Amino acid sequence: MGGEKKARNNSEKALTTGHEWDGIEELNTPLPKWWIWIFYATIVWSIGYWVVYPSWPLVSTYASGAFNWRSRSAVQKELELLQKLRAPLIEALRAAPVEKILADPQLLNLARAQGRVVFRDNCAACHGIGATGIKGYPNLNDDDWLWGGKPQDIIYTITYGVRSAHPKAHSGVMPAFGRGNLLKMPEIIAVAEYVRTLSGLTPPAGTDLALGGKVFKEHCAVCHAENGKGRRDIGSPDLTDSIWLYGSDQKTIVDGIYHGRGGMMPAWIDRLDEVTIKALAAYIHSLGGGK
Amino acid sequence: MSLWKHHQRFERNSILLIFGILIVIAIGGLVEIAPLFYLKSTIEKVDGVRPYTPLELIGRDIYVKEGCYSCHSQMVRALRDEVERYGPYSLAAESIYDHPFQWGSKRTGPDLARVGGKYSDDWHFQHLNDPRSVVPTSIMPSYPWLAKNRVPLDDVESRMKILAFLGVPYTKEMIANAKNDLQQQAQKDSPDADELRSRYPKAVVGEFDGNPGYVSEADALIAYLQMLGTLVDFKTFNNKANLR
Amino acid sequence: MQLTESNAARKSLNGNEAVAIALFALLAFIFICVAAVATTSEYSFHAFLLSAASVAAVFGVGNRYFARDIVIPQELVDGRPNYNMEPVRVATLAALFWGVAGFLVGVTIAAQLAFPALNFDTAWLSFGRLRPLHTSAVIFAFGGNVLIATSLYVVQRTSRARLAGDLSPWFVVLGYNVFIVIAGTGYLLGITQSKEYAEPEWYADLLLTIVWIVYFLVFLGTILKRKEPHIFVANWFYLAFIVTIAVLHLGNNASIPVSIASSKSYIVWSGVQDAMVQWWYGHNAVGFFLTAGFLAIMYYFMPKRANMPIYSYRLSIIHFWALIFLYIWAGPHHLHYTALPDWAQTLGMTFSIMLWMPSWGGMINGLMTLSGAWDKLRTDPVLRMMTVAVAFYGMSTFEGPVMSIKAVNSLSHYTDWTIGHVHSGALGWVAYISFGAIYCLVPWLWNRKEMYSLKLVNWHFWISTLGIVLYITAMWVSGILQGLMWRAYTALGFLEYSFIETVEAMRPFYVVRMLGGLLFLVGALLMVVNVWLTIRKPASETESETGQLQLQSV
Ligand code: HEC
Ligand code: HEC
Ligand code: HEC
Ligand code: HEM
Ligand code: HEM
Ligand SMILES: [Ca+2]
Ligand SMILES: [Ca+2]
Ligand SMILES: [Cu+2]
Repeated sequence: MGGEKKARNNSEKALTTGHEWDGIEELNTPLPKWWIWIFYATIVWSIGYWVVYPSWPLVSTYASGAFNWRSRSAVQKELELLQKLRAPLIEALRAAPVEKILADPQLLNLARAQGRVVFRDNCAACHGIGATGIKGYPNLNDDDWLWGGKPQDIIYTITYGVRSAHPKAHSGVMPAFGRGNLLKMPEIIAVAEYVRTLSGLTPPAGTDLALGGKVFKEHCAVCHAENGKGRRDIGSPDLTDSIWLYGSDQKTIVDGIYHGRGGMMPAWIDRLDEVTIKALAAYIHSLGGGK
Repeated sequence: MSLWKHHQRFERNSILLIFGILIVIAIGGLVEIAPLFYLKSTIEKVDGVRPYTPLELIGRDIYVKEGCYSCHSQMVRALRDEVERYGPYSLAAESIYDHPFQWGSKRTGPDLARVGGKYSDDWHFQHLNDPRSVVPTSIMPSYPWLAKNRVPLDDVESRMKILAFLGVPYTKEMIANAKNDLQQQAQKDSPDADELRSRYPKAVVGEFDGNPGYVSEADALIAYLQMLGTLVDFKTFNNKANLR
Repeated sequence: MQLTESNAARKSLNGNEAVAIALFALLAFIFICVAAVATTSEYSFHAFLLSAASVAAVFGVGNRYFARDIVIPQELVDGRPNYNMEPVRVATLAALFWGVAGFLVGVTIAAQLAFPALNFDTAWLSFGRLRPLHTSAVIFAFGGNVLIATSLYVVQRTSRARLAGDLSPWFVVLGYNVFIVIAGTGYLLGITQSKEYAEPEWYADLLLTIVWIVYFLVFLGTILKRKEPHIFVANWFYLAFIVTIAVLHLGNNASIPVSIASSKSYIVWSGVQDAMVQWWYGHNAVGFFLTAGFLAIMYYFMPKRANMPIYSYRLSIIHFWALIFLYIWAGPHHLHYTALPDWAQTLGMTFSIMLWMPSWGGMINGLMTLSGAWDKLRTDPVLRMMTVAVAFYGMSTFEGPVMSIKAVNSLSHYTDWTIGHVHSGALGWVAYISFGAIYCLVPWLWNRKEMYSLKLVNWHFWISTLGIVLYITAMWVSGILQGLMWRAYTALGFLEYSFIETVEAMRPFYVVRMLGGLLFLVGALLMVVNVWLTIRKPASETESETGQLQLQSV
């Protein structure tokens, strides 16, 4: 191998630089033409780019480019363009009251087109991709509403939220009866079982339903009404249907009575514009449960 | 050719070669970095940006510690779809007190620059504990230990002192009250909430992890998440003046 | 040194040994004190670890003293350079170990992204902590040991001089690996600065600074002793790599610890300036660690293995200076459309474009060195590996400038496209040129004629090539898909996909990537087996025709 190499190198001697390191030599090949020309081309192109776009920093400012292009004004323009493109749709939605949108299939389609991704990016984390809800976060497909299922109710809820920091938010929480020493554990268990019977669930044998009923009248009826049907104005759920926000097992209910309840839904007024909220409300209303 | 001859000086003299290298690599860095410190246009003039509260600061340090930046960016780029999805593009002014910055380079999860106020504390708590319990197809890891780990109360002052030294405008008063502020912010109906807010406007006070027993890492992290992107009021923000 | 020979009747500690022992003993004590005051158990664990390392260093120096001859090894033996290859061997083995570890962690995090249950709800196994472990393990632990091993080898051979220093080469190799252990265990324990590719905390950074300065001095000292009038081109690249990494490391890691008793520190820079400094560093970690350093490997090992002269001396000169000048400017291409001012983004983009040809200068010099010897690619899998590495280098340095164009970057940034680009460079270029160099080095270092089995090398080549292809094609498709989905609009002008839908769409590609990574890992394990069998093989065939075998130090 070594011999073979020697031979070849001898024949190429004229081309090498004449140095050798640990047996490695270098040829003195000139720079490839195409290589140097493309290199020059990239330099020329860059110089052109510097002329057109903001580039070199100076003492108190920077070279601002021939056309004053800025990425921020560019995106501003693009957004304006998009708004122009959507303007007819948006205007149609803005002009129509939400009831009318719901009645007009064409408008409703627009609203749903706008609502869908906004819902998935902002609301689905709590209410689920299909708005079917998860524990503590209501299902928006059914006709069971905490704060009212009329289009205007839904708009209000979305705009200001529930127990959010916004002053106009729906408010009022269920007290922590256990933690606040308002009720003793046997009373809590009894009332929990009583509540379960309201929606037709059977309590275990030996449950003191009489005590449960008494506690309910004294402590719960103010909010959930004597018959347990709940009150829309304070967002207290209907306890007589089989739809549960948190769950129907004794443990969950006892937990709620002990620690209190009061789920929080953010206000969207600062994040979403009025038309988007309207579209969302129409989208939700059209899921099937709207009143 | 003479150029090749001249180059032999570098090949024969290692010290010359090193100086050559040093000079050649210094230029680009200097030209690109130094102006960012002196050009006035670098950082926009906006109101509202304030130093982190002690609890938020600790929360941010936990964000750093857990490596959230490996999946989440905190930088809404000036692009149409990002502004529509996440909100106003991020300003340089919004991260002036970030040591280090957390803009990120990969978005396995969504951008978090404007996540403050988007969800409830409860949701964050549940999501951190078990993301798939709220978002079934999420690939984010669960962080159940955050709720268990207590936040160390002892060194928040020294952390703030170092940051003050580095230019974050923490006042003596802020540092003196740091420990108390930290605990008060994690209490639901804290008596000192107003005082805290006078030092740190818009600070969100709450029982972030639902556990009044102690200040957990989850408390701190959620307090931090809840303030992200909430300080600058974009309704009053002057777009034209800050084009840069 | 020549002097000691004559009056060496009695063995005694030389100055270096005495100073080293005293210094490490002192350090051991200091670290114990730090461990005692540490505010967290994680930090005190590190202090104990450093203390243990210092004690080990004291014993190491002591043992060496008792085991060594009266005189320390000579510059020349029988008129030939008495090369110091023992530290090189250790670094080579360390590279193998960290390589496998880093790939394994890579496969793990790839699997976690497809199957999040694999985070096991455990802090130190969670993705956010393992990802930096992966990047540091492959770049700094694997890549770094390859660079140290090859540079200390190449600089001796091409200078015809024994390594400068006696204890210091050991300090470089072992100190560097202690740094790796501190950095890596730190990530698992949640000790990190969260600066990409510079995650280690202040004390690890400090340790690395000291190791690096000694590394620089050893390398430079050897060059200064050289018997060749000219410095070999590989050594220019090694020098640029060592010097520039030192500058970058110091600039990007400038930080103030909360206290000596705390592992936590705050970076001096903040916000937009920190972002710029970070990517000045980050991009040039690519440019000088992953490029200049490995180009140096190419410049020695390719011509050596092919037994051919380097294609063009002139190209070496031009592309060397252009490369190091231009690379430094390209950092802002990591910050397109962010809050970094537009002017800086423009510079980052244009300089990346200008970087294209200087990068390809290296590729041309590598590939054309083979002209006239292309037939060897069929028979020599080691050479083939290095050649494919150079081809991947060419590919990723074309892809890089393309991704630097703002319009392209607006799509690719934040997506898996970047990950695909990274790994075409990392697996295709960095790892392959390293594998090639290791396959050359191991027989040379252990006085063997050739690797135990070239067939196994061939298997390694094909299995891992398949792995790379799976990995990067999956990431290209998923990255572009992700980018397109993020910006997709419906006909009515509304965003079409929510974020979570894009997460769901990535799933199949994450599975393919995981399988690709697995193949790559299997290939690397074949290499480890092969190296082990090579070293274990009785050293009877020590005669070699390549002239590469050298005298070992005593
Ligand atoms: C942080 C979690 C969260 C997010 C995000 C969220 N919600 Fe809610 N939402 C709730 C909770 C909790 C309730 C129930 C409040 C209660 O218990 O009274 C609720 C209630 C509602 C209600 C009233 C249901 C009823 O029965 O009266 C509507 C309508 C609603 N959300 C729509 C939305 C829309 C639209 C979005 C997105 C723009 C959204 N939500 C985002 C948590 C959330
Ligand atoms: C001050 C008003 C108030 C009082 C008093 C009150 N509740 Fe409630 N309750 C509410 C509200 C409001 C909610 C819904 C909370 C939410 O949306 O998160 C609720 C929710 C519930 C739920 C959960 C329903 C579901 O769908 O999961 C149960 C069960 C319940 N209450 C039972 C009781 C019982 C038993 C008492 C008496 C011991 C009681 N409540 C007293 C306001 C009250
Ligand atoms: C493996 C990647 C990964 C890591 C690590 C990770 N996340 Fe996430 N994150 C995701 C993904 C994917 C989503 C979107 C799905 C979801 O909501 O869970 C997400 C969503 C989120 C959201 C909701 C954002 C929104 O607008 O919907 C928050 C807040 C969040 N993550 C915070 C964190 C924090 C804090 C950490 C670190 C402690 C972290 N994440 C670590 C992947 C990750
Ligand atoms: C078995 C082989 C490997 C596998 C399976 C693998 C897998 C991964 C994964 C899953 C990620 C995270 C991607 C994300 O966050 O979306 C990653 C990141 C990374 N890997 Fe690897 N990897 C491998 C080998 C390597 C090698 C050999 C190198 C370098 C020499 C390398 C360098 C990197 C870098 C630099 C990143 C960070 C990229 C970024 O932040 O943009 N990897 N790898
Ligand atoms: C001319 C040469 C190159 C240019 C111009 C270039 C350009 C780029 C660009 C534009 C990005 C994407 C930045 C972003 O959008 O976030 C990137 C990322 C990256 N490149 Fe290259 N690249 C080049 C060569 C290489 C090579 C040879 C490697 C070797 C491994 C490499 C490793 C990386 C890594 C690790 C990242 C990820 C950084 C991060 O975000 O964490 N690049 N490069
Ligand atoms: Ca990255
Ligand atoms: Ca560091
Ligand atoms: Cu780069």
